[in-house]
Amino acid sequence: MDMAGSAAATGPRVNDFSVRVATVNGTGSQSANVVLLRTLFRMGIMASGKNLFPSNIAGLPTWFTIRVSGDGWIGSRRDHELVVAFNRETVAEDVQAVAPGGLVYADDKLEVPERSDVTVHRVPFTAIVREACAEARLRKLVANMAYVGVLAQQLGLDMEDVEAAIGAQFENKPKAVELNLATARAAAEWASGNLPRQDVFRVERGNSTEGKILIEGNRAGAYGAVFGGVQVVAWYPITPSSSLAEALIDQLGELRIDPETGKATYAVIQAEDELAALGMVIGAGWAGARAMTATSGPGISLMAEFSGLAHFTETPAVVVDVQRMGPSTGLPTRTSQGDVLSLALLSHGDTMYPVLFPAGPDEYFSMVAEALDLAARLQTLVFVAADLDLGMNWWIGEPFAYPDKPIDHGKVLDAKDIEKLTEWGRYRDVDGDGIPYRTLPGTPDPRAAVFTRGSGHDEDAHYSEDADNNIRVLERLRRKLLGNVDLLPASVVEGRHGEKVGVIAYGTSHWATAEARDILAREGLAMSYLRVRSWPFDQQVLDFVAGHDRVYVVEQNRDGQLAQLLAVAAPEHAARLRSVAYCGGLPLPVEVVVEGIREREREV
Amino acid sequence: MATGTDKKLQENRIGLTIADYKGGKSTLCGGCGHDVITNAIIRAFHEMGVEPGRVAKLSGIGCSSKTPTYFIDRAHGFNGVHGRMPAMATGAAVANCDLRVIGISGDGDTASIGMGQFVHLLRRNVPMIYIVENNGVYGLTKGQFSATADLGSKLKTGIVNELPPVDLCGLAIELGASFVARSFAGDVKQLVGILEAAIAHRGTALLDVISPCVTFNNHPGSTKSYDYAKDHEAPVHQIEFVPFFDHPMVEQEPGQVREVQMYDGSVVRFRPVEEDYDPRDRHGAWHHLKEAAVRSEILTGILYVDERKPDFLKLLDLGPEPLVHVGADKLRPPRSALDAVNASLMEG
Repeated sequence: MDMAGSAAATGPRVNDFSVRVATVNGTGSQSANVVLLRTLFRMGIMASGKNLFPSNIAGLPTWFTIRVSGDGWIGSRRDHELVVAFNRETVAEDVQAVAPGGLVYADDKLEVPERSDVTVHRVPFTAIVREACAEARLRKLVANMAYVGVLAQQLGLDMEDVEAAIGAQFENKPKAVELNLATARAAAEWASGNLPRQDVFRVERGNSTEGKILIEGNRAGAYGAVFGGVQVVAWYPITPSSSLAEALIDQLGELRIDPETGKATYAVIQAEDELAALGMVIGAGWAGARAMTATSGPGISLMAEFSGLAHFTETPAVVVDVQRMGPSTGLPTRTSQGDVLSLALLSHGDTMYPVLFPAGPDEYFSMVAEALDLAARLQTLVFVAADLDLGMNWWIGEPFAYPDKPIDHGKVLDAKDIEKLTEWGRYRDVDGDGIPYRTLPGTPDPRAAVFTRGSGHDEDAHYSEDADNNIRVLERLRRKLLGNVDLLPASVVEGRHGEKVGVIAYGTSHWATAEARDILAREGLAMSYLRVRSWPFDQQVLDFVAGHDRVYVVEQNRDGQLAQLLAVAAPEHAARLRSVAYCGGLPLPVEVVVEGIREREREV
Repeated sequence: MATGTDKKLQENRIGLTIADYKGGKSTLCGGCGHDVITNAIIRAFHEMGVEPGRVAKLSGIGCSSKTPTYFIDRAHGFNGVHGRMPAMATGAAVANCDLRVIGISGDGDTASIGMGQFVHLLRRNVPMIYIVENNGVYGLTKGQFSATADLGSKLKTGIVNELPPVDLCGLAIELGASFVARSFAGDVKQLVGILEAAIAHRGTALLDVISPCVTFNNHPGSTKSYDYAKDHEAPVHQIEFVPFFDHPMVEQEPGQVREVQMYDGSVVRFRPVEEDYDPRDRHGAWHHLKEAAVRSEILTGILYVDERKPDFLKLLDLGPEPLVHVGADKLRPPRSALDAVNASLMEG
């Protein structure tokens, strides 16, 4: 086959390409993928890895994509220059997915469809693995490491870094390290002796990962809870949030045992369902603990009633929603920002909650920690709206910043405080900020006792069905949140370019949006860019919408849910808003954003 | 004039009178079994000298769930959502092990919508008293059958229940509950004794109390009426409760009385009524319940107790200090700990 097409024609692509690896779920492919990512990280090359896996334990197709970008773009791309084809079932579409001028490394047993504009190399993966690994029963576990070796040789990865990456991946398991390394080396040697030298797609050592960390997103969120001082965690297993709770259990065990007593300063409870998980969190929050749960869409639906209780009784609680593609069971292993409207207004009646949108691991860390403070300060349920892309993929990001403010328990009165007061009421707005004072169960002063109820109540927490009272209570609850949006993570203006076109993104949509903005700017479309970090919106968000003729809102759902919230928040400017929404479930591809905005601009 | 028998003016071991354990005025129907239970709770907590400020009262939704406002005003309370009190109580108990948690529920709140949480509460043995005020109907929505209504029981409208009842005590024993009792709002003496034993217990103490609904389920044909319960109640023993702070034990006739020493040092003495009944025999208790059901008897008493079963907080390896009292310095690891985390993640 000829080396034809654009990539070859434009010369070498150093640190600038995308790889798609197609394997079978349950074959250890994730380890091989992470080894590749670790190697790139160690070589100082910015990259991102996305695991596209089925809702299944073993046997179904799974893909891993690696984006290598010397310019530091870590958004996902639709087009891939290199494809590793390991899976018979998907080989036809995998070969179709390769960009013209690209390369395919296919298992030699696969029937590979003809394509004149790509180069196909056949690799005897099975034979390589058989030779490298004497024990037949272990071959399946190391098979994927063979493509790591081939790619290492072909792309110019340093085998010393591959070795270190394998060491880090199989920590404390010398035999696994040895076998995986032997397989990778054997494959690299085979490639060196049997494949032509590959000079188009190359990596070169750099320093762009210096001072950065490499971490699986949910572990970052879990660390946020550990350093945010979480005391009670109740959770129910659900993809893609389970790994947050599981990481949290490990991290709490390492970092939060009282050295004096040897006892835990926290409790983690695996609940019987998501209703119970939030119920436990609310019970613990009411008792004065910093409490949280982690879940995903179906869990959010189940938590609706309890959410309203937390809102109305003003009980602190934190829920991390690692969003997956709905509706219903939907695509449980695909990412989404489809819960935004639900989170903002969850439950019957008039309710609203602060929603925080972390974009990367450092914000996942800081926002979970901050959510615990905000829940206590605002006496409310706070949602952290993460997603599967952030939670279950590995990220190269900024290191975690130690919280700059002390732990905030909010407005809590103890027995001594109560003693000094001639009178007090649980829901009185004495400070004028809409935030009342609370006492905790177990406070010995008889005047501290409060009967908390989800039914109508007055400012002194007494049962009330009075119409005027109900209006006062509900209005204050609105004021409590809308009047304190300055306490929430502020929006960030990532760049300003005139007053014509602006773009807004949030959460993981940031990465593709930032790159799309760069691509479109080079085409002559300069756009201002604002990143939303919380709801309800701060004034800067509303000013940004008002300050541009057209504002594109990029998000990962069908209906443009954040765009809808913007339209409600700034109805006089709603006509300026244009939704660029993607509900395919893959990490938002840069091309989708570029094309979405480009096409709409042509219409102007 | 106060006399020695005027318990209302008597101070308990922490110097409080029964007035200190009272709550607001009941808004339930006159004669409701739930009010009898409320009064028994007030008496038991007063007699045991539980600090009112340490009590945490929780409930779900329904007539029974209204009652926590009718006792111990000096305690915090939380009236949550339907059938979900167990989860909230679990969270509160875990957050603060010093709390004396009491949850009030009904047969609708527990045996239907709340069945899932009820079951798992028992499995965990969360330290709390869980009272089901069981009247076989949904009172607050005007008298529909609940899941504890007996087969063949009749509503006032003549509708007959055709589904088998959930036996909450049998279920609790099956699930390994550590304290399972059944009582009747018409038998206050027994109820107070059971409540005091429940206060002395550490773990989930389930009390299924037949509590007739005078408005919707107290007529002939009902199996949860005062008359029916009176006629069919079959106590398995007489309970004498000797609190840990009371006089030393009186000599007992050997072989006549079983004794169980509870977590707090109090002793429960079980005096047999007819045949010998061993409240520590789990399988025996279950069989007695099933056999009694065949005879249409309502077995009452402390049907099963395992006073040594570790509670949920023990399983969580929590220290004696309530989690909510752990200082901020222990809740947030030091800057050096985060530096170490970052450093290890920087290695890739």
